[in-house]
Amino acid sequence: MGGQAVDEALHGRVMASAQTLDRPARNTIARPPRESHASWPLADRLCHALCWATGIGLCLVTAWIVLYMLVKGISALNLKLFVESPAPSLRERESGGFLDPLIGTFIITAIGMAFAAPAGVGIATWLTEYARPRWLARAVESGIETLAGVPSIVLALFGLLVFARGFFSFLSGSTNGGAVSGKSFLAAGLLMSVLALPLIVGTTREALTQLPSRMREASFALGKTRATTIRRVLLPSIRPGIASGVVLGMGRIIGDTAIIVVVLGASPKLQGAGGAPLLSTLRGSGSTLTSYVYGFSPAGEGNSPQKAYAAAFVLLMIVLALNGVVTRLSRGRSLDTIEQGAKP
Amino acid sequence: MATGGPTRTALHPLVRGSGLRAAVRTDRRAELVLGALAVGVLALIALMLVTVLVNAWPSFSANGLSWFGSGGDPVTQLAAMQTDTPLPGHSVLYFSAWPLLWGLLLTTVLAVAIALVVSTLAAVFLTEFAPKPVRRVLEPVVRLLAGVPSVIYGLVGILAIAPWVNEHLISNARRQSVAYVVQLSGADLTTATLILTLMILPIMIALTANALSSVPISWREGSAALGVNRWRTIRRVSLRGARPAIAAAVVLATARALGEAIMLAMVSGGRPFDANPLDGLTFFFEPVETPATAILKEFGGETGTPVAHTAYALAAVLLFSAALLSFAGWAVRQSMRRSTVV
Repeated sequence: MGGQAVDEALHGRVMASAQTLDRPARNTIARPPRESHASWPLADRLCHALCWATGIGLCLVTAWIVLYMLVKGISALNLKLFVESPAPSLRERESGGFLDPLIGTFIITAIGMAFAAPAGVGIATWLTEYARPRWLARAVESGIETLAGVPSIVLALFGLLVFARGFFSFLSGSTNGGAVSGKSFLAAGLLMSVLALPLIVGTTREALTQLPSRMREASFALGKTRATTIRRVLLPSIRPGIASGVVLGMGRIIGDTAIIVVVLGASPKLQGAGGAPLLSTLRGSGSTLTSYVYGFSPAGEGNSPQKAYAAAFVLLMIVLALNGVVTRLSRGRSLDTIEQGAKP
Repeated sequence: MATGGPTRTALHPLVRGSGLRAAVRTDRRAELVLGALAVGVLALIALMLVTVLVNAWPSFSANGLSWFGSGGDPVTQLAAMQTDTPLPGHSVLYFSAWPLLWGLLLTTVLAVAIALVVSTLAAVFLTEFAPKPVRRVLEPVVRLLAGVPSVIYGLVGILAIAPWVNEHLISNARRQSVAYVVQLSGADLTTATLILTLMILPIMIALTANALSSVPISWREGSAALGVNRWRTIRRVSLRGARPAIAAAVVLATARALGEAIMLAMVSGGRPFDANPLDGLTFFFEPVETPATAILKEFGGETGTPVAHTAYALAAVLLFSAALLSFAGWAVRQSMRRSTVV
């Protein structure tokens, strides 16, 4: 009980009890008496004002970005954009919609998660439940940390080399010369799973280490093996943790552009590689919303800002929705989730 | 927690052959499979290091140390490689990355320095001063900022902030004073640094705020009992206790800034220019380019060509810096382990 109280104090109530320094810190938090700033030195009062300014400023900047995207996005958006494929035309009216990039975003996310979620949960489980030998576990830990710090453009270049090997020819189509192109949804999705892996490992580990050891002991006492305990007791009880890791990973995948541009080819339309219908798409190249926005921004070739605004608006809405899901899953401890992917 | 689980020797004769042995075998297999997955991560990192370095080697060995030097415009050099017409007096692989590295150094150091101040203030605000309703707004705001894709930051930057900077901050006199070397367009060091700061802020705020809120209350009560006022307590006790977390935040933020390609490609002006601090204020309105941006723009995805070797050399530099950073962060945390909480 005592430990729990301390934990609560550490996580939620530090501020309140800091203000009641003159009375014993108990679990019951009374409203603190109003503290007078008049007694503070000028420098302190200045810092205090700066703190407020920073906090409010941050809110205002965010509000401006969201409102700006909202206004520009909604005015550029119409339903036709969702059902039309992009067309190669320089004129704004004829360059079509973003149906293909939208589909591409879903495909990439699905492939990425299909690999990252099981692998991430598996690695996290090994790290918390087995971790033998110790040195290996420690090496894997810092390996995950390193992976979280690898820039996605480097990952993309690495993937290009690996997937262009003949050995991986089943993943992508071939170029005109007959060489393996290495560019496909499958290849990009696999790389994306590497990008999302540290996030999933982080949240799952966090959740697993927070489970009380009595749950494991109770299961062992019933004669269950460790594997059964993990599968039947531990993993089911940390479902929200895993889910928030998965959602965070999805956000990461949806938002990445470098891998798409380099490894998916960022061709506006889905271009199948030939063969069976679905497989052809997966082995072919295409684009996602992020690369669409990049392509249609003034920095890219398309240069029609209206299309870019509309697609960016849809992208932002997806991200906002994912954000809402994470907040629901991790009630109250929202800031923790940001850092879990790269926990020191 | 029982360490070994049931082992083979522990089997009672009665349960032998009742399926328990099979269960134990499954257990072993589960450990092996999961362990193999974990080791796969290490193998992946090793493979990445080796392949990137092997492909980068031709560029490094052809240029030697002058690869890092300043010997002209990297984009011209890359264009020469693409058309396979070596620049006069040089080999096809001739490349000098200094303008790119300088751009990287400028944007990263400036952004991290600004973000360090702002994030510390914001974290102190979040944990110490913010009334509950404000905190309830600020936390989702920070998380939203962390989740916004970099391409959206880039879009806002190039379509809203760069034109604004171009119109309001750059005077015509300034524009004309450098018109013979470079065209000032608003997509420049200032815009790039501002947006980069905004992008790395959330992770720094999150790490610092979490560390601040896990400083033991007794430490701060002790400080207050000694008659130290609130700010001094924050500075001398809380922030000092949170130093390792702040170091970790700086490392993570720098790593993020290093690898940022798409946003910078959109707002940093798109040409490697040796922005010169001696130019006075004009310096802040000169375009910059970083290695990640150069890779993204100039590299078409071919393998084995001079351009590819150069791109992999740039990637190797990024990879090496990222690894160095994560090692530095670890070392700093180790040295501060005493006298701190996290």
